[in-house]
Amino acid sequence: MQNTQIRTDEEFFVDPQRCIGCRACEMACAECETNGQTSMIHVDYVDRAVSPQTSVQVCMHCEDPACARVCPADAITKDEFGIVHTANTARCISCANCVLACPFGVPKKIETTQIMMKCNMCYDRTSAGKRPMCATVCPSGALWFGKREKMAQMRPHSTPVNTFFFGAQTVRTKVNIMMPAGSTALRVD
Amino acid sequence: MFTTLNLRALGVAAIATLALTGAILVGSRNLQNFDGALIAYLFGAVFAWFGLVYRYDVWLQRPPTRLYWKRGWQFFFSGRMFGHGWALVRRGFEDMAAQRFIRKRGGLRWAGHMLIAWGCVIAFAVTFPLTFGWIHFTLAQGTIDTYEAHVFGFRLFSFPLNSFIAANIFHVLNWSSVMIIVGLGLMMRRRLTDAGQIAIQTFEGDILPLILLAAIAVTGLGLTWDYEFMQGRAHQFMAITHAIVVILFLLWMPFGKFFHIFQRPAQLGVAIYRREGAMGPQAVCPHTQEAFASQLHIDDLKATTRELGYNFTLEDGSSHLQLSPQGKRAALAKAHLAARRRSGSLFG
Repeated sequence: MQNTQIRTDEEFFVDPQRCIGCRACEMACAECETNGQTSMIHVDYVDRAVSPQTSVQVCMHCEDPACARVCPADAITKDEFGIVHTANTARCISCANCVLACPFGVPKKIETTQIMMKCNMCYDRTSAGKRPMCATVCPSGALWFGKREKMAQMRPHSTPVNTFFFGAQTVRTKVNIMMPAGSTALRVD
Repeated sequence: MFTTLNLRALGVAAIATLALTGAILVGSRNLQNFDGALIAYLFGAVFAWFGLVYRYDVWLQRPPTRLYWKRGWQFFFSGRMFGHGWALVRRGFEDMAAQRFIRKRGGLRWAGHMLIAWGCVIAFAVTFPLTFGWIHFTLAQGTIDTYEAHVFGFRLFSFPLNSFIAANIFHVLNWSSVMIIVGLGLMMRRRLTDAGQIAIQTFEGDILPLILLAAIAVTGLGLTWDYEFMQGRAHQFMAITHAIVVILFLLWMPFGKFFHIFQRPAQLGVAIYRREGAMGPQAVCPHTQEAFASQLHIDDLKATTRELGYNFTLEDGSSHLQLSPQGKRAALAKAHLAARRRSGSLFG
């Protein structure tokens, strides 16, 4: 965290509709050294009984992260680059407030070690100017990390959106979700 | 600076400091048993106490912390005191004394942390009472080879000078220093070789505490080394260096990484909270149709998030927080699919 080479001109883009459920991202995520070989990404069947639809979820790195605000131990912090870091292992008291408060359902509680863990955008890689592991292996483009202009060329009929409505709550994030062209937000309710 | 001063915490810390000062006066029998050579350590310790209470009170004022603090005590005295008390004793041993959860994070990491933690606990148990004048030693009357230990001015026990017990009493801080140095070696190895840690650690947050503890332990051992093997020739240097690093440690304790020593017992309050939650109704996710948390936790979280300025109330009056993490991810995926469908194309 001392000498970061984070590429501020590159962003994370997620398109859940492109997820094919191959779980390559899960395998890659477990390679991230900050996670201790535990995968932080979520790949789910949305409703397996009626649809083969899968979805992929990374931490969206909220501008005002609910996980950090509800943490009673001040264990979760957001840095100057907007990365919301995983819980500080010395402080986390494994109460699971963050797990239950995150509107995207991202943090994981590891019961055995009594710690909350979450995606920190592969800080070991991104702080060295590299792309997150999941984005390097995704074969379908559901996860992509790079320049906004390049994304616009690749997906001319989509718009990156980073505003979400969860009922009455507006959440803005560092990570973008790819929406139909012209969209300004995604309403989840 | 004064705009961020927390007046309530200031008041609580001032009262706690006065209480400690009173306890030092009473415990040392009006400073009769106080060792004047430790005056700098005394001021450092009193300031550390002030800072710790101040920060602790500020911490307790945060809505989620306040809620757990309130709920923890409320449940403890709710009529299930025996059951909760036993759970606390068990968890206190497992989590605080044996630190089993750290063992599951790694064997060497656990060994290093145990050595540092217990080395510090032993050192604290010896040095603070000595500094406050609560413990002192005298030569037994009419003898030249028997020491008496006094606690709060009361004679506790006596022991011969050339005995096993005397050697251990006089060298207990050396043993704790050795424990801390070995533990620091293990932890520093992790800090220098674990690529994940290297990426996220900071000098002031993770390396400096290890250096500070090492400086205290090494200069502490140096004091013994000096009088045992150097005829006291370096005493002044050793004593002053040791005092400087210890006082730095004391002044920094409320603000840096060492605050987790005082924060960590909150884990026991969480254990009571979870125990109580497990006995009551469980929250069932409308998406997965499975219980995923206690309803108590979800209801408290709704109140806490509201207090923090969030409003996750949905159009139908329910709350987004009533969904399990998996349910929330599914809700997002469904909303995204619906938006794509409305646009007439699933991809773009």
